[in-house]
Amino acid sequence: MSAPSLSEALGQPTSSLSEPMGQPILGPRALSDSWPRFWHLAYNIARSEFKLKFFGSALGYLWQVVRPLLLFGVLYVFFVMVFHVDKAKGAAGHFYGAQLLGSIVLFTFFSESTGGAVRSVVDRESLVRKIQFPRLAIPISVVLLAAFNLGLNLIVVMIFALISGVRPMLSWLELPLILVMIALLATGISMLLSALFVRFRDIQPIWDVVSQILFYSSPVIIPVEAVKEKLAHGTLDHFLYHVYTLNPLVTIFQQFRHAMVNRATLSAGQALGSWAALLEPLALVAVIFVLGFWVFNREAPHIAEDL
Amino acid sequence: MTTEQTAVQRRPALAAQGVHKRFKIPEERSHTLKERALHPLRRSRHELLHALKDISFAVAPGEFFGIVGRNGSGKSTLLKCLAGIYRADEGRIWCNGRMSTFIELGVGFNPDLAAYENVALNGIMLGLSPREARARYKRVIEFAELEEFQDLKLKNYSSGMHVRLAFSVAIQVDAEVLLIDEVLAVGDAAFQQKCFDVFTGMREEGRTIVFVTHDMSAVTRFCHRAMLLERGAVVDIGDPRDIADRYLEIAFGRAAGYEDADVGSARMGDGAARVSDVWLGDDPTERRSVAPQSEPLTLKALVTFNTAVRDPAVSMALLNEQRQQVVVATTAREQEETGGFQAGEQAVFAFSFHNMLAPGRYHPILTITHRGEGLDVIDRLAGGMSFVVSGVTASGGMVEIPVETEVTRWALAPPSEVQPTGGRG
Repeated sequence: MSAPSLSEALGQPTSSLSEPMGQPILGPRALSDSWPRFWHLAYNIARSEFKLKFFGSALGYLWQVVRPLLLFGVLYVFFVMVFHVDKAKGAAGHFYGAQLLGSIVLFTFFSESTGGAVRSVVDRESLVRKIQFPRLAIPISVVLLAAFNLGLNLIVVMIFALISGVRPMLSWLELPLILVMIALLATGISMLLSALFVRFRDIQPIWDVVSQILFYSSPVIIPVEAVKEKLAHGTLDHFLYHVYTLNPLVTIFQQFRHAMVNRATLSAGQALGSWAALLEPLALVAVIFVLGFWVFNREAPHIAEDL
Repeated sequence: MTTEQTAVQRRPALAAQGVHKRFKIPEERSHTLKERALHPLRRSRHELLHALKDISFAVAPGEFFGIVGRNGSGKSTLLKCLAGIYRADEGRIWCNGRMSTFIELGVGFNPDLAAYENVALNGIMLGLSPREARARYKRVIEFAELEEFQDLKLKNYSSGMHVRLAFSVAIQVDAEVLLIDEVLAVGDAAFQQKCFDVFTGMREEGRTIVFVTHDMSAVTRFCHRAMLLERGAVVDIGDPRDIADRYLEIAFGRAAGYEDADVGSARMGDGAARVSDVWLGDDPTERRSVAPQSEPLTLKALVTFNTAVRDPAVSMALLNEQRQQVVVATTAREQEETGGFQAGEQAVFAFSFHNMLAPGRYHPILTITHRGEGLDVIDRLAGGMSFVVSGVTASGGMVEIPVETEVTRWALAPPSEVQPTGGRG
């Protein structure tokens, strides 16, 4: 017996059926038709993850704040008390502690969101294989959680800065712009890595190494001023410095130091040579974001099969 | 009625047209960038598994639609395509109304969170707003009967509790179309009964349910129509009883090692005699397929002898849908000496008992053996026919034995035996 056709199954000729016959089921996608649903989902995944992480341990949320502070303490002891990095740079070295802590906190956000996103989709296999929902909600929830931690950590940075003697400035209004830029960068990389990890399981160790390299090659410990001074002679130096400044984290961290902590430090524009040169790292952020979304969107329909 | 309304009414709740799904199964899967970088030109060889072949069907609003098939026939893949978890390679699928799914025995709970968080999160995933999802928590936990365990993390739940919670979430999201994959395979009898009650309620409310199962009694009890899949293709769509019969033919015919129960080449035994027919009722012309509960039941087997056999015995085992042997009987107990039979002779062996079986479908297995320990098999027939026990009494047990109950008032208990109730009320 042959299978009945659709019209037989419906008991009426197919030609009389109005097309479309309802809402088409297209399979899994990165985004959903409804933005509120997407945000509810991302927010609630982040929320449950937050509970999971901090309600389980005795010290709870305190750890989240203490971790960057501990790193800060170690680096501060070595680079300020032993090697006097701050003394070398004159006025730019003032409030080096607040500069260092601020960069560490920003980098913590970057590494938490990107590093956490790598495994996020694969670790939620049981959801992905059983429910249709916008897949992108998973990596976005990781970034949201990291952003929440960043908010709290920034309060600590502000308190530390005020105690150190930094006074409120008009340029503090630049903070949202700086945060948007690092958030876009982190989101772009998170989308890219979480989608690629489904197929390439060595993305994780690779990213661990890249993340480490970015930590040391960004102005977290060593200020841009010092790098600029060292790489000031000859074309090779010039080229290396150019490569160094391509890293969007250089722009982000340096502008944070300049606008939020110490006006005597170079602004991002000065560090790169001209404000127009800023277009390079900005364009790179845009490219990474678009590429990340494109790859995730392309992979989303078959993540459930490739797991 | 306007034309627009009729058009909407004509729309199926769920429809699939020409759906194909193929899976690539790599022979050796490279899971790393390193391998891709070292061997950029090596094309990974893979087998193509054609999991779904040109599936078309439509489910009317308010219909209870069963999908049956053997393991690997594509049922679950089809359900995942319908649910939007897999993307169909070809063809189109439509749905009208909010859909809720219950696939792979759960909705993916986080083992480290308690019930409340998981229920809220899964409600949101299935399309509820956060407020709706939280408001429904109480109903979900009540239906799952897990009130006492709601503060436990889910990793401390038993698998049955997991499934109960997941199923509760899936049915509490007010979906118009519900896709359910094998919920009856787990859970105790009481919960199964509860699921049946929910199904009955949903049927009455006019909700559309697509239901994948191996349980033919559930198919015949609930479904308006059913679809049989085999090797990724639709074999038949139609009346659940016909579909159930065809499924059993395919499933047990193959399992016993032959394509068709009437072709005897691969049957067990030495072949000195063969079970040539089995029927329900006194007369072979009756061929009843339903045996009412609490009435006498007779099952007869016609045996044809190919060579002379002395004192053969025929035994009958009745298997229910869960493949449990409910009744086993043999002629050897009462009539050890059945006499000698010549080649070409035929004999009818009858088994009669008062039908106290629970409602459902039963499959007789008939075995002819030589006299002795019963291991010397002449012929064995499984999957030749099946019948349904109909009745209103379904207490959940395998049999419905009349049980007398009595409540008698006793003397007052001595004070030492009265337990304090622990501050209730």
